[in-house]
Amino acid sequence: MAAPVSGMGEAPAERLPVNSTSFQKKTRSKLVSIPGTRPSVQNGQLLVSTGVTSLDYLLGGGLAVGTVLLIEEDRYDSYSRMILKYFLAEGVVCRHELFVATAQDNPDDILQELPAPILDDVAVPKAVEQPRLTGEPQDSLDAMKIAWRYQHLPKVQSALASSSRFGHYYDVSKTMEAEIRQAAKCHRFCLPDHVTPSSTAHRLESYSALLESLQEVIHREGFDLAAPMSKSRNILRVGLHSLGSALWGDDLCCHDKPRHRHALTTFLYGLRALLRSSLSVAVVTLPSHLIQDRALMGSITRLCDNAIALESFKGSERETNPLYKDYHGLLYVRQVPHLNCLASQLPDHKDLAFKLKRKQFSIERLHLPPDLSETVSRVSRGELASACGPSASGTKNLDF
Amino acid sequence: MFTELNSILSSSPDSVTPGEFILVSDRQSDASFLIHHFLSFYLRSRCKVVFLGLVQSFRHYSAVSQRLGVSLTQAKEKGQLVFMEGLKESLSVLIPQADNTESQAMNFLRDPPVGLRSLYEFVRSGAVGSGRAEDGAEEWGPPVLLVDDVSVLLSLGVDAGAVLDFSHYCRAAVCSQMKGNMVMLVRCNGEEEEEEDGEEGAEALLKGLTHQCSLNLHVQGLPTGYCKDIHGQVEVCWKRRQGDGPHTQRNLFQYKVHDKGASFFPRGTSSAVL
Repeated sequence: MAAPVSGMGEAPAERLPVNSTSFQKKTRSKLVSIPGTRPSVQNGQLLVSTGVTSLDYLLGGGLAVGTVLLIEEDRYDSYSRMILKYFLAEGVVCRHELFVATAQDNPDDILQELPAPILDDVAVPKAVEQPRLTGEPQDSLDAMKIAWRYQHLPKVQSALASSSRFGHYYDVSKTMEAEIRQAAKCHRFCLPDHVTPSSTAHRLESYSALLESLQEVIHREGFDLAAPMSKSRNILRVGLHSLGSALWGDDLCCHDKPRHRHALTTFLYGLRALLRSSLSVAVVTLPSHLIQDRALMGSITRLCDNAIALESFKGSERETNPLYKDYHGLLYVRQVPHLNCLASQLPDHKDLAFKLKRKQFSIERLHLPPDLSETVSRVSRGELASACGPSASGTKNLDF
Repeated sequence: MFTELNSILSSSPDSVTPGEFILVSDRQSDASFLIHHFLSFYLRSRCKVVFLGLVQSFRHYSAVSQRLGVSLTQAKEKGQLVFMEGLKESLSVLIPQADNTESQAMNFLRDPPVGLRSLYEFVRSGAVGSGRAEDGAEEWGPPVLLVDDVSVLLSLGVDAGAVLDFSHYCRAAVCSQMKGNMVMLVRCNGEEEEEEDGEEGAEALLKGLTHQCSLNLHVQGLPTGYCKDIHGQVEVCWKRRQGDGPHTQRNLFQYKVHDKGASFFPRGTSSAVL
């Protein structure tokens, strides 16, 4: 439901208060529009694209400015790193500023691997349609005779996409050219360059240094909402790689009862405070599979606005399972935010899978196709039956 | 303010029962919509409200309250609402600067084991202000303390015992002394049967607060699984200390949150099903 026009913006004649925070409902008269953003149709939030169009759709149109997206890494950090690179590449193409922080690699390593944008707009995906049998008139195809109860249900559209395009497409096989990349302003934070002598139980020096550095960049470059509105505004995209891993000095991933239990959660609280009061958006990746404490994972998730988890099939026995041969992994939506409104946009389906194609990272609803092959051997049929319940293959054994 | 919830709780803005401690708890769900209900409810009944908004910005609460028909900025200007924006205050403590003029309320971030004494002092001074009748200022009703939410204090390093002490002090000051009300939101993540050491803090806090409260609204997901039309179930549990012994009464409702409110209905009677 679109936000009513009368609800957008505050009392029109007044200036916005100085200490207001993000999620301004920006009316046309007040703010020069920032490139690469658009207002949400649901609640007027300012959205940016994550670089992955299906992820934008899942998050309700895009990532809201002032929020954090938490990505729980897959086992080998391949796809989460890919999404982080998409996010940063989208920032370069939209001419936003970037802030990249890592603990192990140099941030430049990530920046040099950004995928190349497809700028000529050739690959525009169409919505998946049911294949039409040739020669059959439209009416008889639409009017179901046997399964008429299902007449009113919408056709299955497995690829998640919305009608209006927002965001760009990238070619994963090529890296972004140096000229395009250097045109974007990028701030780096590499932990080994910052001294970390000692830490108290609740605040780690590494996280404090990161928070201070981020705040300093926000103040200096004018991303604060309190800064004068007359200047042209831009968005700061913050990418934090592998937060919570041992390389940040945190022992969350190493021990069952970590000593620095609250260091990461305090940092995330400070990050949320910084983002809500500035025009920035953050993507944080976290190796959650190393954290033993599920309760701690729960409080970390609650302190981030959006949260997704990736589980890739690489190295697991599902990689060779013919059921999953079309996909590279599963995607779980752990949390969706409700910002400036009571209701949140819950996803339609909870079973989602992703696959990384050369020109697109697509997230689709996981549905198992009917097992129509005649040549499936008995051995694999047993595997299929045990692997996944709701598949139709089990009944083949009852051949009368 | 949700009218259906008012009829379930038999409360109305015109007559507010004093001395109540309402605990809103949730398990693997999000009960913050109830905090918005109580905020607009108490503002409508002309009580003085002290709101500790620890997890979201003022703009968020203000935007939602506008949809529910209450203006937070106006209430703040008139002095009816004392709002503490936790996120903003915390930045000056987490990132120490040379010339910061921070309020003392979020001091516990500097050294969490110390406890929440400064936060309690802030609450007390905010609530006491209603007693004095200044010239030209309006008289407000008894003070109400709203906390959204208390579990984030655990994430910031405060001990569960310290949080229970804080809530007890606030209850003694606000509910008993000043005959006001108190509403707190506490969030839990795990299953009830699991006994993990890490969860000690949150479960102990939930149990302790449930023991202290007089009305508990417990929000959970549906036991049968995820559904887009029914967002979960609310269990309303009264603890009346009547003369004829302890009398607890429980009711179970399902709810759906939409743009301008939430609708509550008995189990199985959702409009999506019937």
